Amino acid sequence: MGNLKLPRMLIATAAFWAVVSILNATGILNGYFMIIINRSLIFVILAVSLNLINGITGQFSLGHMGFAAVGAYVSGSITTLIFKLSPDTLAGNGIFVVAIVIGGLAAGFVGFLIGFPSLRLKGDYLAIMTLGFGEIIRTILNNIDAVGGPRGLLGIPKFSNFTVIVAFAFLTIAILRNLVQSSHGRAMLSIRENELAAELAGVDTTRYKVLGFIIGAFFAGVAGGLLAHLLQIAHPTQYGFYASALVLIMVYAGGMGSLTGSVIAAFTLTFLTEGLRVGIDWLKDTVGLPVGTEWTMVIYAILLILIMLFRTEGLMGMREAKILIIAEETK
Amino acid sequence: MKLFAMVVVLAVLFTGATLVSCGGSTEFKLGGVGPVTGEAATFGVSTKQGIEMAVAEWNAKGGVLGKQIKLYFADDKGDPAEGATVYTKLIQQDKVSAIVGTVMSKVTLAGAPIAQSSKVPMISPTSTNEKVTQVGDFIYRACFIDPFQGTVGAMFAFNDLKAKKAACIFDVGNDYTKGLSEAFKAKWEALGGQLVGYEAHATGTTDFKAQLTKIIQQKPDVLYVSDYYNDVALIAKQARELGYKGPLVGGDGWDSPELVKIGGAAVENGFFTNHYSPADIRPIVQDFVKKFKDKYNAEPDALAALAYDATYIMLNAVKTAGKADGSAIRDALAKTDLGVVSGQVKFDANRNPIKSAVIIEIKGGKQVYKTTVNP
Repeated sequence: MGNLKLPRMLIATAAFWAVVSILNATGILNGYFMIIINRSLIFVILAVSLNLINGITGQFSLGHMGFAAVGAYVSGSITTLIFKLSPDTLAGNGIFVVAIVIGGLAAGFVGFLIGFPSLRLKGDYLAIMTLGFGEIIRTILNNIDAVGGPRGLLGIPKFSNFTVIVAFAFLTIAILRNLVQSSHGRAMLSIRENELAAELAGVDTTRYKVLGFIIGAFFAGVAGGLLAHLLQIAHPTQYGFYASALVLIMVYAGGMGSLTGSVIAAFTLTFLTEGLRVGIDWLKDTVGLPVGTEWTMVIYAILLILIMLFRTEGLMGMREAKILIIAEETK
Repeated sequence: MKLFAMVVVLAVLFTGATLVSCGGSTEFKLGGVGPVTGEAATFGVSTKQGIEMAVAEWNAKGGVLGKQIKLYFADDKGDPAEGATVYTKLIQQDKVSAIVGTVMSKVTLAGAPIAQSSKVPMISPTSTNEKVTQVGDFIYRACFIDPFQGTVGAMFAFNDLKAKKAACIFDVGNDYTKGLSEAFKAKWEALGGQLVGYEAHATGTTDFKAQLTKIIQQKPDVLYVSDYYNDVALIAKQARELGYKGPLVGGDGWDSPELVKIGGAAVENGFFTNHYSPADIRPIVQDFVKKFKDKYNAEPDALAALAYDATYIMLNAVKTAGKADGSAIRDALAKTDLGVVSGQVKFDANRNPIKSAVIIEIKGGKQVYKTTVNP
């Protein structure tokens, strides 16, 4: 029953949306929770799409935020510099969604460009090349005056809200889930497991590696656009190596190749950072321990080390939640 | 199931901790933001020290509005996304009445719209991007914006150095140095000085002789160099080699020990504008430097001084307003006229401070306080 594939996920997402919206409206979840949830969802898009490149196709990208930068600047330029939109109008919101998709397409095109030379490289060498790519994007943005240069693209209207971000996150997971469990996805997985064997079995490895980069980059671009319209600023330094590494950590902590894992890790690590912030404040003020905010990063790092020590394969390993397995639903 | 249990435990810990952190109203809640970790950590640490010292002094004198001040300091890591998060946390979770922060313009620009829409007044100690205060009427800053230094440099060269003919050299690919030179030029011509040279150079170049030869042929009395210290040192050396003996003037991009190391004798007879100098002889400055050294065992830099000032300006406005109400504090901020470490502060219509700048001279390889210039 192919037509049952979507509803279960859709219902779960709609329920999540409804519960959070109601809790927000009644004031139980304040703006602080909402911004953490919004950022978590944007990280979900980033981690899931990087998982397609690193976890599913078995390539190694260290420049994922470079794609996000392309999406952020392209969509930000459309809404801010070309149309000068205001978030109050319905038409403005329509153009915003189109701008996000165009930003994603631009990032996808860059993914296509980066995918080609990367075919000649493997493992560490590919990682270094993608790292270089991320820095190139950052340097180029630093030197384009039209989008603010080193001062960043400023005054972006605040279009991103919980509903829009949930919708995009849902679409990303749904599309990637269907892709991974289709014959195309199997082909990508086969490249990860053994490229030579895949080629011998008739898989067009060139095509699928480039496809992995293009699709992964597209969704990263979407996430970048959403983030820019949430923070109302896009700045070259936001998309550097450190940010890319953070997304990579989420993929590894969640489990390479597990979309569920990426979703859980994106939420867990984002909430963990904030939880530690609040927890440290509490230790300092209520318990009276002499700890400062800088300790959050220390504890965060220790927890990451512990996760990797005791669950080397990540929180989920290679498993998926039932809701993300198509075969389970069609039984 | 193990995973589910972990998520539940995390969620419980998180909500538990947030619930506990809600306090009573027996204290005045002040938010502080700075990057104490990340690429700009040294800026953040200085800022935090400045704010904490100011809050401790106010509390020792009885606090504000008859309540003790409780500081909620949050780390923005120098990242706009973190900035937006911590501003929201301070306002919505900790319910602070005012915010002092943050350091880097890009982060302040992500936080300012949140403060503005929640009507929580904020003052950034050191964000120089002019767009920061344009976000709205609740957003102030304690530092002067970049072009102001060009204006002060021109006044100093004209009034104190008694120069009549000036020339500028600047980096065409850098907003900061371009902005300073443009402001210098405008003020210089308004004062009635003669501008005999206005030369740009490319970013990253090390040979400035073509531009300098052209300038020096016009025999200027003063050379305005708005570059950063590494370029300044090279320009100074090459200008001296070409026979220029007059004074050099510049902005706070000069403020580095490297300037003298690279430039040596060539940067002698050089002057630059800065926010504050620990060598300033005014008692308020000397008092601040002494207290800071006692507390932290280090010489306060400009970031610490400006954070200290910003906190004083904000708390003074709260005191004037007489209540912990956002709009009342904002109105009191607009009427600020307060003597602080970095000068006498008033605000213009764009919520930028009108205040004095200090001039520092390079003398015998050291930075020496020269004078204070009022705009």
